Amino acid sequence: MIERTPVLNALTHVTMALGLVLLILPIWIVFVASTHDYVTVNRVPLPLWPGSDLIANYSKVWATGNFGQTMLNSLVVAIGVTAGKIILASLSAFSIVFFRYRLRMVFFWLIFITLMLPLEVRIVPTYAVASNALSPFQQMFDWLGIAVALPEWNLLNSYTGLILPLVATATGTFLYRQFFLTIPDELAEAARMDGAGPIRFFIDVLLPLSRNNMAALATIMFVYAWNQYLWPLLITTRADMQTAATQLQKIVPGPLFGQPPVWNEAMAATLLVMAPPLLVVIFMQRWFVRGLIAADK
Amino acid sequence: MERRATFDNLWIAAALIAPQLLLVFVFFYWPASQAVYWAFTTQPPFGGSNEWVGLQNFQQIFADAVYWNSVVVSLVFAFLSTSLSIAMGLLLAVMVDRQLPGYSVYRFTYFWPYAIAAPAVGLAFRFIFAPDAGFVSAVNHWFPNLWNPALDGVDAMALIVIANAWKMAAYNFIFFLAALQAIPRTLNEAAAMDGAGVLRRVRDLQLPLILPTLFFLLVINITESFVDSFGIVDIVTGGGPARATELMVFKIYSDGFKGLDYSMAAAQSLVLMVMVVGLTFVQFRYVERRVHYN
Repeated sequence: MIERTPVLNALTHVTMALGLVLLILPIWIVFVASTHDYVTVNRVPLPLWPGSDLIANYSKVWATGNFGQTMLNSLVVAIGVTAGKIILASLSAFSIVFFRYRLRMVFFWLIFITLMLPLEVRIVPTYAVASNALSPFQQMFDWLGIAVALPEWNLLNSYTGLILPLVATATGTFLYRQFFLTIPDELAEAARMDGAGPIRFFIDVLLPLSRNNMAALATIMFVYAWNQYLWPLLITTRADMQTAATQLQKIVPGPLFGQPPVWNEAMAATLLVMAPPLLVVIFMQRWFVRGLIAADK
Repeated sequence: MERRATFDNLWIAAALIAPQLLLVFVFFYWPASQAVYWAFTTQPPFGGSNEWVGLQNFQQIFADAVYWNSVVVSLVFAFLSTSLSIAMGLLLAVMVDRQLPGYSVYRFTYFWPYAIAAPAVGLAFRFIFAPDAGFVSAVNHWFPNLWNPALDGVDAMALIVIANAWKMAAYNFIFFLAALQAIPRTLNEAAAMDGAGVLRRVRDLQLPLILPTLFFLLVINITESFVDSFGIVDIVTGGGPARATELMVFKIYSDGFKGLDYSMAAAQSLVLMVMVVGLTFVQFRYVERRVHYN
């Protein structure tokens, strides 16, 4: 700013550089460790420069960890959650903001409250629902004395089961509601005068206007869904339905007993798992930051 | 939020919101109410419908030292990792906000760790802090057996605290920087004209103005440490050694899915839910009211 503070400036630079080391060095170490052979990677301390076994390590762990399949699964889940979220959130926010009916504030709060309880704290009963997604309705019919036998709809080991519970939250709805509230009334009036119905107005006016919003939401949802761990761990038992994140647990021995992991391969797997969301965040930085800040208010 | 111009075809309005409500009902309200129901009932060992037992499940978990251990472990973990990550995020954001030459490099890189999945963070730190490889074990060279998170509970706790704080510091940095940049530049300049130095401005101007963000982040960090840390614990320590890192979520998971005791797991879930909802309430009610400047 205005004044000259050479000592303080030097201190600031040193602190910022230290911060960079603390925050980025671990990622670098993961990369370096994944390029060394088994002997070098176990040396203490590890060399800070990459070795020559990059291709060998990655091709080995790609095969043993079945990462072709599991990364594809993660990608399907991440894209499914992102798309489902954008579609459902924009539609429900549209209904809440642009239609006049008494229940809309009730609906808004019903959806908004879901922000309070993350999936992790209600995993046990959510798992029970996922083992038969129609069971809530079956039980309600039973209480009401209606003799209807609904079929079982088992979501375990399926993409639907991996995706749907992650879509059932309020993040995007809230984001879209905030955005729709900033749309001037005149726009909706003009559209109505021109004879556009609600659907037409939504597709031709609101969607193009909400492109920024969509990008921000898509970025944070992709990262959120790719990084899910506990839920996929629970509802997938088949090897071909694992996600990349849960695969990490499968390729290293458990932490309590047994020998240490084969570190160069374990670090190669770690980098495979961390790379996609990291790249998304790096290239979509602006949207990511904006989405985070808008979604959590 | 009243709008003048609205549509009035209620069938369309209902059709638009129905899918979301349906999902929220099936995957949120139903499971949440099931958790309440299970917490007050037990499953008979030979099948049949659940039996109402009142508060018995809660009496049982509250009389259990292992359960209290998981509560204490969660609170210690929440306190340590939250203080560490907030201090670090705040310090870095204040530095970057000074906009010295080259600051944009830091602004562009500091938030990367937040994009990384918890189990990947966990495995990376398990390597860096491994007792027989990586970096930190170098201390064992001079002081044998000083550092071994596989055997020493304090070391294991330190390890998961560092891993979680590393990830959350990046998150906190984003929010602190956004809050600092929202302070009008003119305020800062006026204070400088009045003779307030850099540190004085940080203490008397910037910190009070970003207090709402600080409280918001406190709540978010504590909640995240209850919730998102599962991936770190599962990969790094598995709750051990000797339950020294058994967080509440981890215990619910092992009781519910390894021990198959749904009622106990549900009772514990309910306690956790009450804690998380309580925190959110504190944030909504108390914090937002107390800390307001405009």
